[in-house]
Amino acid sequence: MISFKIPEKIEQSVVIMETIAENMMRPVSRYFDEHEHEIPWDYIEFMHSSQKAMGGGGTLTDADKKKKKEGPSISFQRLAFTSEILSWGDVGMWLCTPGGGLGGAAVNATGTPEQKERFLSNYRGEKPVFDAMALTESHAGSAMPAEVRTTAVQDGEEWILNGEKIFVTAGNKALVDSDGFVVIWATIDPEAGRAGVRPFVVEAGTPGCSVTTMEHKLGIRSSDTVSILLQDCRIPFDNILGSPEVVTKKKKTEKGFKGAMATFDATRPLVAASALGIARATLELLKEMLQEQGVEIRYGLPRSKMTNIEREVVDMETMLRSTWLLTVKAMWLADERKANTIAASMCKVKAGDVVVKITQRAVELMGPLGYSREHLLEKWFRDAKINDLYEGTGQINRLIVARRILEYSRHELS
Amino acid sequence: MYSFEPSEEQRMLIDAVERYAVNDLREAARDAEESGEIPPALIEKGWEMGVLQASVPEQYGGFGEHSAVTGVLAAEAMACGDLAIALAVMTPSTYVMPILYGGTEAQKEELIPPVIEAEWKPYVAAITEPQFDFHIGEMSTIAKKTKSGYSLNGEKAYVPFANQAESFLVFAALDGKTQAFIVLPDAEGLTVGEREKLLGIQALPTFSLTLEDVKVPTDARLGGDDGFDPASVIASAQFTISAMAIGLSKAALDYALPYAKEREVWGKPIAQRQSIAFMLAEMAIEIESNRLLAWEAAWMLDNDQDAAKAAYLALTGASDTAMSVTDRAVQVLGGHGYIREHPVELWMRNGRGISTFTGMAMV
Repeated sequence: MISFKIPEKIEQSVVIMETIAENMMRPVSRYFDEHEHEIPWDYIEFMHSSQKAMGGGGTLTDADKKKKKEGPSISFQRLAFTSEILSWGDVGMWLCTPGGGLGGAAVNATGTPEQKERFLSNYRGEKPVFDAMALTESHAGSAMPAEVRTTAVQDGEEWILNGEKIFVTAGNKALVDSDGFVVIWATIDPEAGRAGVRPFVVEAGTPGCSVTTMEHKLGIRSSDTVSILLQDCRIPFDNILGSPEVVTKKKKTEKGFKGAMATFDATRPLVAASALGIARATLELLKEMLQEQGVEIRYGLPRSKMTNIEREVVDMETMLRSTWLLTVKAMWLADERKANTIAASMCKVKAGDVVVKITQRAVELMGPLGYSREHLLEKWFRDAKINDLYEGTGQINRLIVARRILEYSRHELS
Repeated sequence: MYSFEPSEEQRMLIDAVERYAVNDLREAARDAEESGEIPPALIEKGWEMGVLQASVPEQYGGFGEHSAVTGVLAAEAMACGDLAIALAVMTPSTYVMPILYGGTEAQKEELIPPVIEAEWKPYVAAITEPQFDFHIGEMSTIAKKTKSGYSLNGEKAYVPFANQAESFLVFAALDGKTQAFIVLPDAEGLTVGEREKLLGIQALPTFSLTLEDVKVPTDARLGGDDGFDPASVIASAQFTISAMAIGLSKAALDYALPYAKEREVWGKPIAQRQSIAFMLAEMAIEIESNRLLAWEAAWMLDNDQDAAKAAYLALTGASDTAMSVTDRAVQVLGGHGYIREHPVELWMRNGRGISTFTGMAMV
C-alpha cells in the first residue's frame, strides 16, 4: 500500500539530527571551509560518543549489525534522512562523520559475517574511527573497476599490494588520524579485466601503505581527499572481502566487480540525499533572504501570474521534492531487499543536477549577496558540485540508467 | 512507513486499465484525433471499468471507498493510452468529485447516484476561462447573491460535451472565493458556443460557454448556504492531471525506446549512441521522480493533510515533464517523429496543454 508516512523512529532521529546540524555544524561551517584540513574534532567526538551510546556504527545499516531486526527494516531510509539533514548542516563535516563511511559500506556490501564483525566492531571502541574506500587511480575514474592497475599478489598467508589510489575521501582520517581502515580495490589477475578485481581491507599502521597527497579542493574542505601509495604492502590473507574460495580456484567470476556495484547501490542514494541536503539549505536561505528584502513567494499561481523569482523558487522546490522522493524510494527498495540499481543511479543523476542548478541559481538571484563570503550561498555553490562527480559522475550514472532501460550490456552501450 | 508499492487490488485495477489503454485507446487514438470523434462504445467501455464508481461510497450509488491514490494510479494508466479519450471517460468525475468533496449530504444523495448508477453520460464541469493567466483560485466568472439564489456571469472554455451535457457544475467567484453551482443545460442565459479548435486533444469535443445573468436557486450552490472549501477540489484537479501527464510521458518514452533500438545509423542502433541513450535515460528519470509528486499529493489528501502545495508542485513538475519528454520522443524519432503516422507528434501537442488542462479530470 503506497504510503508517504515517515516512520516514527526516523521522525524521532530527525529531531536529534536537526539539533546537531543547527548547533554543531552551522556555527563552524565557515570556519572549517576557510581552514582546509583542520579537523572538526568537537563534532566528531560528539558523534562518536552518541553513536557508541546507540550501539556504534551509527551510519551503518541493519545488514552490518548482528542484532536480529524487529519489524520491517528502515535503516537505509534512516541513513538517507541522516545524510540529508547533516549535509544541510555542513556537507564537509558530514563526510567527517566517524563510524561507517564508504569503506564500511563496502565491507557491509561484500564482506562475510566474520569480516563485518572484525572490521566494523572498531566503531564501538574508545576513540572515533574512520574508514574510506579507494577505487579511483590517476589514469581512470569512471572506467573503474575495470581498469584497476593496483595489484594484489598472494604470498602464502598474505597479500602484497602495489599501486597508487587517488581521490580517497577521508583517507587521511582513516589511516593517519585514527585506527581505521581503507578498502582498496586491486586486481588479482591483471589479464582478467574487471573479473580480477577484488576489495581488500588495509588497516591503519600497515607498513607499505602511506598517504602521499592531500588535495586542495573547490569545496567540502573539511573533508580530506588524499592519495594513497601502496608499496609492497602486506596484509593478512583474510583481508580480501568476500569468500576467498573464488580466488583459490582461479575461477574468473565477476564477483569483485559486482561487489563494487552493490556498494554503489547503497552509496549513490546516500550521495543523492547529501546533495539534496545542500540544495534544501540553499533554498531555505534563499527564501529567508528574499523575505528580508520583502519578497514573498506565492504558491499555487499559474506561471503567467508569477514573478521570475517566484517561478525560479517554485521550480527549485519541485525538482528538490521529486528528487528527494525518488531517493527515499531507492533506499526503501534497499530496505526491502529489492533491486535498486536503477533507482540508485536515477536519484544520483537528478540530485547531482538539482543541487548544482539550485546553488548556482541562488548565487545568481542574490547578486552581490549571493557572491559574498559573508553568506553561505557561495560555499554551498562550491560544495554542491562534488555531488555530480563522486560515486560516479552524472554521465556514468546516465549510462547505467540507459543500459538498464534499454536492456543493453556495457558492450552494446558505452 | 514509506511504501512505493500499490496494493494487490490497486495492481489489478492498474493492469486492467492499462490493457484498455494500450489495446483500445492507443488503437483508436489517431482516428479519433483526426475525425474529432470518439466512438461512444469506447467511452462506455472505459466507464464500465468503474474507476469513478469504485471511488464513490455505497450510499451514493458507488461500490467503494474514495482513494485519491487509487485514482491517480488509474488516471496515469488510462492517459498512457490516449489523453483525449481518457479525459472523455473521466469527464463525469469533474462533476461528481467536487460534489463528493464539498457537497451537502442532500446534494451527494441527490446528485451523485444518477451519474454513477447509469451508463456514461456527459455530466460536466465548467472551470477554465479563456484568459492567458487563468487561475482556478481566482475566477473571472462572477456569482452574485440574489433574493432567491444566485446569478452567474462570465465565460468558460474547455467545457467538454457542453452541447449534450446532462448538467453543468459551473465554477465561479463569489465574494472572491471560488465556488461551484449546479446549472441545468436549459437555464436561461446559458449559451453553448462553437466547438473549440485546439492544438491537441482534438478527439475530445470541448466548447466555450457563456453565462449571462444565469439564475440558479439557493440549493444549487455546492455545500449549501455556507458553500464549500475548494482546496481539495483544486488539489485533486492538479494531481489528477499530473498523473495523466506522467501517463502521457510514459507512452512517449515507451514508444521512443524500442524505436531507438531498431533505427540504425552508421551500422548500429541509435540507442547505442550516448546522445540518444542519455536522452532516454533523462526521460525515464523525469518520469520516475515526478510521478512520486502526484502520488504524494494524493496520499496527503487521503490522509487529511493539506495537499495544496504538494499538488501544485506535482502539477509544475508533471507539466514540464510532459513537455520535455514528449518533445524528446519526437526528437528521438527524428523527421519521422514529425509525421502523423507516428503518435509522438500528437503526444507532444497534448503535452503542451497539461498546465492548462487543470480541472478536466479529478479523482
